[in-house]
Amino acid sequence: MAKPQKTRVNRRNFLKGASAGTAAVVAGAVGAEAQQPVLEAPRRGATPLMTKEAEGVTPTDVRVLENQRPGSDFMVDVIKSLGFEYVCANPGSSFRSLHESLLNYGGNKNPEFITCCHEESSVAMAHGYYKIEGKPLLVLAHGTVGLQHASMAIYNAWCDRVPIFIILGNTLDLTLRRPGPEWEHSVQDAAAMVRDFVKWDDSPVSLQHFAESAVRAYKTAMTVPREPVVLVADLGLQEAGIKDEKSLHIPKTILPTYPAGDAGSVAEAAKSLVSADFPVIIADRLARTPNGVKLLIELAELLQSPVIDPGIRMNFPSRHPLNQTERRNAVLADADVVLGLELGDFWGTVNSYQDVLVRHSKSITKPTAKMISITAGDLFIHANYQDFQRLPEVDLAIAADAEATLPSLIEACRKLIDSDRKRAFEIRGKKLADARLAALAKAREEATYAWDASPVSTARMAAEIWNVIKNEDWSLLSDTEHFSRWPFRLWDFTKHHQFIGGQGGAGIGYGAPAAAGAALANKKYGRLSVTIQDDGDLMYAPGILWTTAHHKIPLLSVMHNNRAYHQELMHVQRVANEHQRGVANITAGLTINDPPIDYASVAKGMGVFSRGPITNPGDLGPALRAAVDVVKRGEPALIDVVTQPR
Amino acid sequence: MKPIRAYGMLALAVSVSALLAQEGGNAENGKRLFAEEGCYQCHGYAGQGGGAGPRIAPRPANSGIQYIRRPTGVMPPYTTKVLSDSALADIRAYLGTIQPPRPVKDIPLLNQ
Ligand code: HEC
Repeated sequence: MAKPQKTRVNRRNFLKGASAGTAAVVAGAVGAEAQQPVLEAPRRGATPLMTKEAEGVTPTDVRVLENQRPGSDFMVDVIKSLGFEYVCANPGSSFRSLHESLLNYGGNKNPEFITCCHEESSVAMAHGYYKIEGKPLLVLAHGTVGLQHASMAIYNAWCDRVPIFIILGNTLDLTLRRPGPEWEHSVQDAAAMVRDFVKWDDSPVSLQHFAESAVRAYKTAMTVPREPVVLVADLGLQEAGIKDEKSLHIPKTILPTYPAGDAGSVAEAAKSLVSADFPVIIADRLARTPNGVKLLIELAELLQSPVIDPGIRMNFPSRHPLNQTERRNAVLADADVVLGLELGDFWGTVNSYQDVLVRHSKSITKPTAKMISITAGDLFIHANYQDFQRLPEVDLAIAADAEATLPSLIEACRKLIDSDRKRAFEIRGKKLADARLAALAKAREEATYAWDASPVSTARMAAEIWNVIKNEDWSLLSDTEHFSRWPFRLWDFTKHHQFIGGQGGAGIGYGAPAAAGAALANKKYGRLSVTIQDDGDLMYAPGILWTTAHHKIPLLSVMHNNRAYHQELMHVQRVANEHQRGVANITAGLTINDPPIDYASVAKGMGVFSRGPITNPGDLGPALRAAVDVVKRGEPALIDVVTQPR
Repeated sequence: MKPIRAYGMLALAVSVSALLAQEGGNAENGKRLFAEEGCYQCHGYAGQGGGAGPRIAPRPANSGIQYIRRPTGVMPPYTTKVLSDSALADIRAYLGTIQPPRPVKDIPLLNQ
């Protein structure tokens, strides 16, 4: 535990009429050891603050002038014990004492403050950071107005099975609330608002309670399936002096191990996979670590079976001969065994669902195909929000962490493979390798169409970016669905950190801050972080650009500026046609044009190097090279590219 | 004449007139309509295709332009109520003007 430092009180901010010697300390706040100095409240709408008159204080008032060891110092000790590298926050008075303790007592190191301009950005930064670093960031927010801003990003993290550690400021004891905003910023049950989409929360009433619940929260968040957690730091508890420090204890943080599949089920799965004519593996939120990628390669190569990697995480090399993601429905149609590894939507993967006037679905797989699932998702479910998707009718459901189960599954398969099976596998593998090469050739051929078009085609943009990053240790931090998955079709992804997936909950506004958080994690490894940034997404909270400039987060943002909320535009277009009313009048509320946004100027105004708008594809290469130079110097850069819609 | 037969003749008449109109479609107007009618949204401004719809330029790979009248997949339908036969002919003419691209081997960025 760190040693308390002596904190100084700025006496000018306090009244001179009282002294520590005459101080009356009123027990209050929350819990037995909380002792809260009585602070006189300024009246609303009164004369300026910081004068005796303004604060309505008479010389008979008694004041405590010093608190050398506030509860928030101990909270910092607890926070430090959990090993956070950064704390993302937009400031809030309900955690002012904790904020000050983190800076002056904690030395603004482990965690170091990252100034965010919106709580949604704070949480999304933590979301992106986790997917690179594999551990949570700390987020601080007001229990009311801050959490309300943060809630969308928490929901994304929840759907994406990402742990975020959120501490909320709140003042539970009404006698400690200043009239005015402090009441509006107080809540009886702060976490209630997000309880449906966090794994656990608590509102500690003593410092010991805080320590124990913080460690429990961390362990809970990091136990698979991983999810966000919330802890409330009561302001009374933060600001009251610590009494009887010797009685306080910070529990050690030992993370639970990963649940692996039981031997019997693993043997059964192996038997099905080895005896199958055409087993198909689908890897979704499988690879928690680089080892997950290694293990999946090992299993796929052992069986010479096709792998589908839908783009939720980086699980499997994009150009591997067994990567058949481009042909996913074709391989699923031939499958006699389907193995889903941490597959979030098994049903939606093996069925096609048509968004037409009369919605209907059809199975992609043969009725006899055997379905095997390995997912920690089976260990935990919440009601209300429906992110659990349709119930898949699997034949074998192994409720376990897939990455932790793969070693035993590989061994079980290896034992069953005789020379006959090996020969059959080799023939299968050869065919798949040919199909993979053909798919790459087809993708390249498709990319030639509209190669010189303006607006710039998304294939051209992807190829130009690949050209400037391919010889670096690069990391793509955006989803690829909105630009036709071109990076996966054209680039050579091999490493775990080269892709982190998307929002989770399809909540827009995630992209820019998540990329910033992931780039922050990549910084210490010297990686070149790049994101292809949707225009609509950036406009939710563009202040994140300033955060990247201020904290020198090296990140190359290439705008996919199609000047629309294009996904929604297509939705409204669809129903306009179905209603037989035509589409001539449907752009209202859907386009981001008139005036078009000049993202290069926006970025420049926030201190970020920028170029654009680029409409001529020939100008893109040189602009990207200039931007990469800036990013390699350790700073952010943004290139605005006016693009084709998809 | 039974109503069902009349319906059949009407359909025939429509498709003949549609074919005639297509011959002389106005490519310039077709380009404008391709954007205005939202074809670009899923197929790209140059009909190059992408994640939301297949390539349809210089011509559709699997079926004729008439596919849009009764799509069998997820493409939203464009009946004559919202897009006339002559407008469709203009769109077809526009797509026909789109030049085939350079081959992959002539584009170094697509060979790495
Ligand atoms: C909302 C997206 C969307 C819009 C808007 C749209 N299409 Fe399509 N289109 C598709 C999809 C998807 C397909 C593939 C077949 C299917 O699923 O119906 C398709 C298929 C086609 C085909 C057949 C392709 C082939 O290979 O045979 C043609 C022709 C076509 N579209 C033309 C058009 C034209 C012309 C317009 C505008 C008047 C248009 N589309 C608007 C999504 C769209």
